[in-house]
Amino acid sequence: MSWFSDTFSSSIGRKIAMALSALFLVIFLLLHVAVNFLSVISPDAFNEASHFMGTNPLVQFLMQPILILAVVYHFVAGFALEASNRAARPVKYAMKSNKNASWMSQNMMISGLVILAFLVLHFMDFWVPEITTKYIEGDMSGLTVAGDMRYYEELVHRFQNPMRVVAYVVAFVLLALHLLHGFQSSFQTMGVNNKFTPSIKKITNAYAIVVPLVFIFIAIYHFINH
Amino acid sequence: MKLTLKIWRQKNSEDKGKMVDYQLDDVSPDMSFLEMLDVLNDQLVGKGEEPVAFDHDCREGICGTCSLQINGKPHGPDSLVTTCQLHMRKFNDGDTVYIEPFRAKAFPVVKDLIVDRSAFDRIQHAGGYISVNTSGNTQDANAIPINKDDADKAFDAATCIGCGACVAACKNASAMLFVSAKVSQFALLPQGQVERERRAENMVAQMDAEGFGACTNTGACEAECPKGISLTNIARLNREFLGAKL
Ligand code: SF4
Ligand code: FES
Repeated sequence: MSWFSDTFSSSIGRKIAMALSALFLVIFLLLHVAVNFLSVISPDAFNEASHFMGTNPLVQFLMQPILILAVVYHFVAGFALEASNRAARPVKYAMKSNKNASWMSQNMMISGLVILAFLVLHFMDFWVPEITTKYIEGDMSGLTVAGDMRYYEELVHRFQNPMRVVAYVVAFVLLALHLLHGFQSSFQTMGVNNKFTPSIKKITNAYAIVVPLVFIFIAIYHFINH
Repeated sequence: MKLTLKIWRQKNSEDKGKMVDYQLDDVSPDMSFLEMLDVLNDQLVGKGEEPVAFDHDCREGICGTCSLQINGKPHGPDSLVTTCQLHMRKFNDGDTVYIEPFRAKAFPVVKDLIVDRSAFDRIQHAGGYISVNTSGNTQDANAIPINKDDADKAFDAATCIGCGACVAACKNASAMLFVSAKVSQFALLPQGQVERERRAENMVAQMDAEGFGACTNTGACEAECPKGISLTNIARLNREFLGAKL
């Protein structure tokens, strides 16, 4: 076997690849929440930032494909890992005590599946219309028929439906649970467990709670205010 | 005290096996868990029934032979003790106690509560040793200066008794805590340096080949390990593996 397949087919190699893709997604999420938060502060700034992200070739043709790859990899590898881990215990215990580990750490599959379902909704909501407008209809102007910037309007419009807001809230609560275990866990996987670990856990836990909370705030804010 | 025991009975590796109920009266709180099973077996033999097969040897917490998943926890409800050192005072009169073998694909049941843990031996054979030529003038290990901190960490890792409770506790049946302890005890000492990279690679490869799951950092192993082997060892194993591959 080649060095590459040898390394990344081993249990530790697969975990390291999972952790690396996760860290990339964590950075992306921070960027995403920052841009979205602009919609609360200033519709104009949000429009500007969205237009930049939506039309900059570097973002569109370099970062976006890498992002999609990381997302797909993280899901596929996660499911594969879960499948082989389940196969490692073919006969289950009649009695199982779950007290020796947190709920989050034992149920990454549940939170992951909810996030996957959310991503489908999210893609239908924003990504598919974006791609259709820009690359199928060829309208790169970022303007509505009336000549205003369209991004803020589109965002606000989506959050008028209470069911969608509820779906967002549920998904982001699960994302928080996923991150509470996953983010700090990726450091352990990368071999970092030392005197900085307590601080790392504080920072990653803060991230895991604050970032989803801001997403939830934005959804509810637009639902209430428009 | 009186106990209801629910014990996994399986004639041999081919048998499907099932949980069987037993009533046991007059259990003394001073008995060890294995002594309680001895009493049960005595009664079963008296009635002409097949006694429950379980693993044990030293009965003083050092050999790692005893196992048993007791009420869903490897080595039972107490922490930092093996089954042989667990006492019946940890249970109450009228309790129902589930007793099952350690479950993992890599630990097939041989009979009743006995599982085959030779997968651990094969992992050890893949690299859990140092090669020393015993030519007669081998340097005295005590003559090599070793930083106290590293010596302590290596010694802590070396207290792993290879019982397999980490595998039994893990939802993924992962053997990472065991392998990390065995890799760490050498990686931290000068004597372990020569085979350091090969050791990490080969032991991990053998661990995967045996069909253990992959670690997802739940920490259940550390919580259940009778010797308190720390998760920092798994982080070290990850570093050793990465270091060997890069
Ligand atoms: S790490 Fe702990 S639980 Fe695992 S085999 Fe060693 S002593 Fe047993
Ligand atoms: S019988 Fe030796 S450790 Fe329990």
